[in-house]
Amino acid sequence: MSLKGNIWIPRLLTGTSVIFVLLTLVLPLAVVMAEALGSGLDLYMRAVTDTYTAKALHLTLAATAAAVVLNTFFGLAAAWVVTRFSFRGKGVLSTVVDVPFAVSPVIAGLVFILTFGRLSPLHPFLEACGIKIVFAWPGIILATVFVTFPFVARELIPVLEARGTDEEQAAALMGAGFFTIFRRVTFPHIRWALLYSVILCAARAMGEFGAVSVVSGHLRGKTNTLPLHVEILYNEYRFADAFAVASILAVAAIVILAARNVVEYAAHKEEETNVR
Amino acid sequence: MKKSVLLSAGILVFLTSAFLSQPPAAIAASTEIVNVSYDPTREFYEQYNAVFRKYWKGKSGQDVHIVQSHGGSGKQARAVIEGNEADVVTLALAYDITAIEKAGLIKKGWQKTFPSNSAPYTSTMVFLVRKGNPKNLKSWGDLAKNGIGVITPNPKTSGAARWSYLAAWAWAHREYKGEEKAVLEYMGKLFRNVLVLDTGARGSTNTFVRNGQGDVLLAWENEAHLAIAERKNEFEIVTPEISILAEPPVAVVDAVVDKRGTRELASGYLEYLYSDEGQRIAGKNYYRPSDPKIAGEFAGVFDLKVQLVTIDDPLFGGWEKAQNVHFADGGVFDQIYAGK
Repeated sequence: MSLKGNIWIPRLLTGTSVIFVLLTLVLPLAVVMAEALGSGLDLYMRAVTDTYTAKALHLTLAATAAAVVLNTFFGLAAAWVVTRFSFRGKGVLSTVVDVPFAVSPVIAGLVFILTFGRLSPLHPFLEACGIKIVFAWPGIILATVFVTFPFVARELIPVLEARGTDEEQAAALMGAGFFTIFRRVTFPHIRWALLYSVILCAARAMGEFGAVSVVSGHLRGKTNTLPLHVEILYNEYRFADAFAVASILAVAAIVILAARNVVEYAAHKEEETNVR
Repeated sequence: MKKSVLLSAGILVFLTSAFLSQPPAAIAASTEIVNVSYDPTREFYEQYNAVFRKYWKGKSGQDVHIVQSHGGSGKQARAVIEGNEADVVTLALAYDITAIEKAGLIKKGWQKTFPSNSAPYTSTMVFLVRKGNPKNLKSWGDLAKNGIGVITPNPKTSGAARWSYLAAWAWAHREYKGEEKAVLEYMGKLFRNVLVLDTGARGSTNTFVRNGQGDVLLAWENEAHLAIAERKNEFEIVTPEISILAEPPVAVVDAVVDKRGTRELASGYLEYLYSDEGQRIAGKNYYRPSDPKIAGEFAGVFDLKVQLVTIDDPLFGGWEKAQNVHFADGGVFDQIYAGK
């Protein structure tokens, strides 16, 4: 029996995936929007423009920006080192990059508390310097950077590996410096992958809950991110407000997904023109 | 080549640190204290903070900003010990504040600092049942019957759950005339009927009220009244004939206020809880005011006849002992729950 002649298998598979997507994505999203707007536009606007919501949004955007900037730098460096040099411990480094994927975010948060909290051996030193990490905004940023760390490196390593080092070696032989090689040889090949990974990283950073929840201390207006704020509102019986704030995150996610599609399309188009 | 690497690395580090040194959520210069509290006090402190701000402005001319944090009582105490800098803690039970004292942040004897064992309001545990009480749940004994779905948070993480566990124990102790085996058997049956063990009181309330799980919620009296206010005609309160006197205490965190210079404000904040105005806000939020005069004003709201056992009753011997016997690792609760 060949697959080719059977028209039912593709239909069945398509149907299953469509139903799955409807149930797990479209329906909940519709519920969020309906609940958010269900109590009227006035209430929605009040919830969205509330001072604590604004502060939570501010903190979430700051943490996302920090995660994107730092992880782009570290991710590029890690991917470059792992694919372009051979050294002892390379396998270990490549594995360590993936640790945040393997570790539960809650555990990551606890580890930060044990490392930088009041009971840590480091604490007297931090206190003397007047630095507060956990239960303050640096802890939020640290937790966000941690959970989004692998995105850039993981996206770039396969691209760099597939390219090989021939072109860079040729450029080096012709006397190009490190930065010229990076800018004119390496970067053009990885720019779409890099942009793609940055978008994923931003999406993940905005929604981070577990690790941030542990290090936050839930100080309203100070260490409260948008996802944490949604939980607080929900717990205060302000369900319409909770869904209104959740809708900000939902809209952000849709914007990010749209950006992702644009990037994919552009990358695909460029590849096609290159082949020709 | 090397120069340009260093230069750009330098620029990146500079930009990052410039970005990071801007606190994203700085609050405009004003006098600020942090109140780390437990789950069901959210609405109460929101109202109290507004009233206190006005009072303090009139008294000292200062604009005060109060930052609230809420969560399971044990979890919140843990966070303070780990470095969440609270000026005042207003938790569900003395044991959690004693834990902070043991960590060296609060001075010994804190429970004598304010009147009524430093508990400005008290509460008790009641049953919240669905309208009309379809399963006819009247007493603690009814909850252990077959086919009853009980919702309570986890006594390991939640103050409310520890209070209701002890209230059930007190009832069983009286019912079975102190016979330990029968008490344990009852407690085992009760916890076998538990459908969902959330970490905090508010999580359990949502499980029962919003998600419709179970036949009865073991709830703070104030939490039960709030649920009824939120959804009229869906629930009713059953006050069992015997329950526990929960004294949620308050304390100034000495180490933090001394460091920040906020002692006067923090003490004033807790003292004002005992004023007529503070007591009335407590009563309006369904906490029993510790001042009997104000409590009398709310006789129509609370069942003041219920027999209330305290934690210092010889049956429990204070929080220290109750915690060790019942809730410590390998304690009675673990044995009951493992038997599930």
